[in-house]
Amino acid sequence: MSLIRLQNIRRQYTMGAETIHALRDVSLEIERGEYVAIMGPSGSGKSTLMNLLGCLDTPSAGVYELNGQNVSEMDDNQLAEIRNREIGFVFQTFNLLPRSNALRNVELPLIYSGVDADERKQMALDALTSVGLGDRIHHKPNEMSGGQRQRVAIARALVNRPSIILADEPTGNLDSRTGEEIMALLKALSQKGNTIFVVTHEEEVARHARRIIRIRDGLIASDEPTPPGS
Amino acid sequence: MYLIREISEGLGIAWDAIRANKLRSFLTTLGIVIGIVTVTLMATAINGLNGAFHKSVSVIGADMLFVSRTSWFVNSQAEWLKSMRRREITLAQARQLQRELTLAQAVAPMVGINQTVTYQNHSSSSVQIVGSTEEFINTSGAGIAEGRFISAGEAEGGRPVCVIGMDVATNLFAFESPLGKRIKVGPRVLEVIGVLGRQGSFLGLASLDNQVVIPVQQFMIGYLRNPDFMIKIKAIAPDQLEEAKEELRGAMRKIRHLAPGDPDDFAINQQDMFVTMFNSVAGTIAAVGLLITGLSLFVGGIGIMNIMFVSVAERTREIGVRKAIGAKRRTILLQFLIEAATICLLGGLVGLGITWVLTLGLKRVMPVNMSLGVMGLALLVSLLTGVISGFLPAWRAARMNPVEALRNE
Amino acid sequence: MSEPADKPFAVGRGSSRARSWRVFQAELAESFFMAFGALVAHKLRSALTLLGVLVGVFSIIVVMTAMRAMQHQIESDLSSLSSQTFMVQKWPAVHFGGPGGEEKYRRRKDLTLPQGLAVMRKATLAQAVGVEAQFPGGEMISQYGKAPPNMTLQGETPGSFAAQNWVLQDGRILQDVEVEGAHDVCVLAAGLRKELFPFGSPVGEKVKFNGITFTVVGVLEPKGAMEGGNQDNFAIIPITTALNRYGNLQQNITIAVLAPSRDQYEETVDQVRGILRTLRKVEPGADDDFEIFSGESILSQINAFTWAVRIGITAISSIALLAAGIGIMNIMLVSVTERTREIGIRRAIGAKKRNIMAQFIMEAVMLCELGGLLGVVVGIIAGNLAAHAMHLSAVIPFDWVFLGLFICSLVGVVFGTYPAYKAANLDPIESLRYE
Ligand SMILES: Nc1ncnc2c1ncn2[C@@H]1O[C@H](COP(=O)(O)OP(=O)(O)OP(=O)(O)O)[C@@H](O)[C@H]1O
Ligand SMILES: [Mg+2]
Repeated sequence: MSLIRLQNIRRQYTMGAETIHALRDVSLEIERGEYVAIMGPSGSGKSTLMNLLGCLDTPSAGVYELNGQNVSEMDDNQLAEIRNREIGFVFQTFNLLPRSNALRNVELPLIYSGVDADERKQMALDALTSVGLGDRIHHKPNEMSGGQRQRVAIARALVNRPSIILADEPTGNLDSRTGEEIMALLKALSQKGNTIFVVTHEEEVARHARRIIRIRDGLIASDEPTPPGS
Repeated sequence: MYLIREISEGLGIAWDAIRANKLRSFLTTLGIVIGIVTVTLMATAINGLNGAFHKSVSVIGADMLFVSRTSWFVNSQAEWLKSMRRREITLAQARQLQRELTLAQAVAPMVGINQTVTYQNHSSSSVQIVGSTEEFINTSGAGIAEGRFISAGEAEGGRPVCVIGMDVATNLFAFESPLGKRIKVGPRVLEVIGVLGRQGSFLGLASLDNQVVIPVQQFMIGYLRNPDFMIKIKAIAPDQLEEAKEELRGAMRKIRHLAPGDPDDFAINQQDMFVTMFNSVAGTIAAVGLLITGLSLFVGGIGIMNIMFVSVAERTREIGVRKAIGAKRRTILLQFLIEAATICLLGGLVGLGITWVLTLGLKRVMPVNMSLGVMGLALLVSLLTGVISGFLPAWRAARMNPVEALRNE
Repeated sequence: MSEPADKPFAVGRGSSRARSWRVFQAELAESFFMAFGALVAHKLRSALTLLGVLVGVFSIIVVMTAMRAMQHQIESDLSSLSSQTFMVQKWPAVHFGGPGGEEKYRRRKDLTLPQGLAVMRKATLAQAVGVEAQFPGGEMISQYGKAPPNMTLQGETPGSFAAQNWVLQDGRILQDVEVEGAHDVCVLAAGLRKELFPFGSPVGEKVKFNGITFTVVGVLEPKGAMEGGNQDNFAIIPITTALNRYGNLQQNITIAVLAPSRDQYEETVDQVRGILRTLRKVEPGADDDFEIFSGESILSQINAFTWAVRIGITAISSIALLAAGIGIMNIMLVSVTERTREIGIRRAIGAKKRNIMAQFIMEAVMLCELGGLLGVVVGIIAGNLAAHAMHLSAVIPFDWVFLGLFICSLVGVVFGTYPAYKAANLDPIESLRYE
């Protein structure tokens, strides 16, 4: 049984009279522990796909099976629980709480899963240390650089030990050295058995993955293993 | 001219802002509506109560004085006990008073008791039986509806006759004239010689038509041997009431043989006392009532102020742009003041409408009076609420530094 | 980090009761801190919002405090009557009618000493019967001092001591022979003793009241709590002496009757009523031409009267709370709009709808409770200031305090629910895109 199975997924947005087809007919199967890169031009529907995969959004049509269960049949609380425990989201635009410091931002998923305060703090500290921010825990987002903010966002995605990690252009705002560090982090996670999706525009970054899915105008243009020799 | 253009421009912007946030504007207005409704309703009720009281108390007559052992308004138990130990006022004293007073049109001794009145198989319980003289009719506001009043001779001689009030007449004699009929008044049988005109009730408490007037001597023979009298005096003119009162006091002191320096052992009551008493009580009620209801208007005002602060914060950029293209402080100030005032005035108008509907319903259970004055005042108050609570937010907006306002995200 | 692959998948995983309780606790704590943070972040806005609630609660509490102070005064005035004692007199104890209503009582025959003595003889059920007449005002002096002018002289019988629950401190009570012979003796209440005989025992000493000399035979214990009131400013003399010297034998008196127990109270009342109706020749079926009342009946009458006032004032004050609630709702709606993005982030990270809902309702309740607490404090202070101006002792109406705070929470929940609902039902993706 595959971990993720998408069948004829559609997602459209209606804006007044106009209908925008963000995803037209997407079918996919992903096994546990795969490392997938998603590529495509701007506006092609990458973020939309990620939102669907992350149970943030539900498809307009088609079936999404996660671990053998139909996502469309789940209620809101179950979806929230999955987002909380199984999925780590790294957003294109960080999406940190502006008034809370790094530690509290990273603690947030643990709060919703009911971890004790002491344990929570320790886990958040570990996650922040693992992304190299052990000395910035009391800084608020606006007191940090873009790369640091991105790393807080990654720490938050990792802290609850999710099995699926969704990273929407995690290196888009970073210099190449920091980008490399973050890619290394994701690679390590992948080696531990996590299922990882990375959206990126850079072939360089995509080569870290073992499978590359290219999207164009809401359709899968190609889906192949990463060419060897990278 | 310029100001008028600015105001009309401000009104336009205010209207747009109100429409842009419909729910918010609605809730803000609702706060003011609630305040205005409670305040005007309270004012209306107080107004109506006042009117009803003055109408009712006029039954007493502004030119009347009432002498009795006790004052109408006793302040303490001690004062009460003291006055209860005073000597009674007797019929002889009343007679003497009648002879001595020059500024009185009429002097009537009065004494009362409650009895059941029966005619054939009709009866009326707890009817007030009043023993008095021929002067009674001149001291009361009631006229004679039918027949005639007790004569001097009948009063003095204690003839078994009586004059009945309108309620008694309608209760006992449904289809026939009461005149000449013999009715049983408590233990005694009396002949009806007249019916008093309708007088209504006093302060809605006691009906003045549920009484039977009998000759004073008859009263003393048949009901109470040595009663304590109350004496009713009608002054020759309302503007001579004070003189009449002084004369009355002197005469009473003489009649009751008080030494100079002794305190009065009787009380002289008059309509004024009711009015004073009522005014102090009603004044307190009005003050407390308006204060408490005013608090809800105050809360509504706070709501406006709060929302206006939010509105200013949200429109920081807009303010910056306006300032950058040359809006003066005054213009900005006016813009926000007008917005607050418009909301409040709107609330005031809606509130008045609701109050009007409510008073229509309330009219059935209590006297209410929604005067133009109250309505005008309510609108003024709501406008003021808007201006006052809008001022601080408007001032904050007006003082904004345009550069910083434009940088605001 | 552990091996995620070994971890069971969340879908379909049952959650133990212990864990869900912990989750609940953590969620609650988080909501609380979030709400608190939001309140602190917008100080002016929060202050204005809670000011509304403050005013609403204030108006309830201030009135209730003042009324409770008045009620306490009345209760302590009446507490001298034991629950087994009732009084009979011509006038009702409390009378809330216009002046017109007084006529009814005025026209009654006086309740006289012979009637009182007859009750004393014939009321076999009563444990004690006292007959009393009060003479307020007058000057009482002793060798050592002068009584305050607001003192009362009370003509009494020996039975009054038991009926009125007067306890002797020194000496003895009045005796029957002294009443029969109209002797010039007196028993002093504790307040007078302090003024007239500050040093030694007054028993056997002389006092002079309005020119007549009395021998002091006893002194009463001070009456409990209400120190300094004029409760203890009276002197007791035989009723016959009082009527002979200061009144007349036909004058109006009061009868105090002590029933042997609570159980026999009603019977005793009925017996006394029967005796008096016969004596005063009240026709069968006619109303009593005298009043019988006890401390309790007076209290319940006063409570019945003030109940309407309390309800009315609570209703009117609640209107201010309603206005405050609407203000809260409005501000919470603004707050939800402003924090759309935050809501989106929380939802993406796994917050459930009920977490978001709890957070915003908590915020509204906190605002209300804070305002309510301040309103209670200010209301109690202002109410007691008013009580102080009326020379009443200070009180805290705890029941109304709790009721007020409860209403506050209710206002918070009622008016916070719609904004919270709106927040919880925001679309997560839309919220994340919100600028
Ligand atoms: N909420 C929405 N309402 C309307 N249209 C939307 C909405 N969200 C996305 N779209 C449209 O769907 C299409 C796909 O958007 P999406 O965000 O998935 O693109 P993307 O591949 O992530 O692009 P980028 O590389 O720029 O992030 C776009 O044309 C976008 O305009
Ligand atoms: Mg995107």
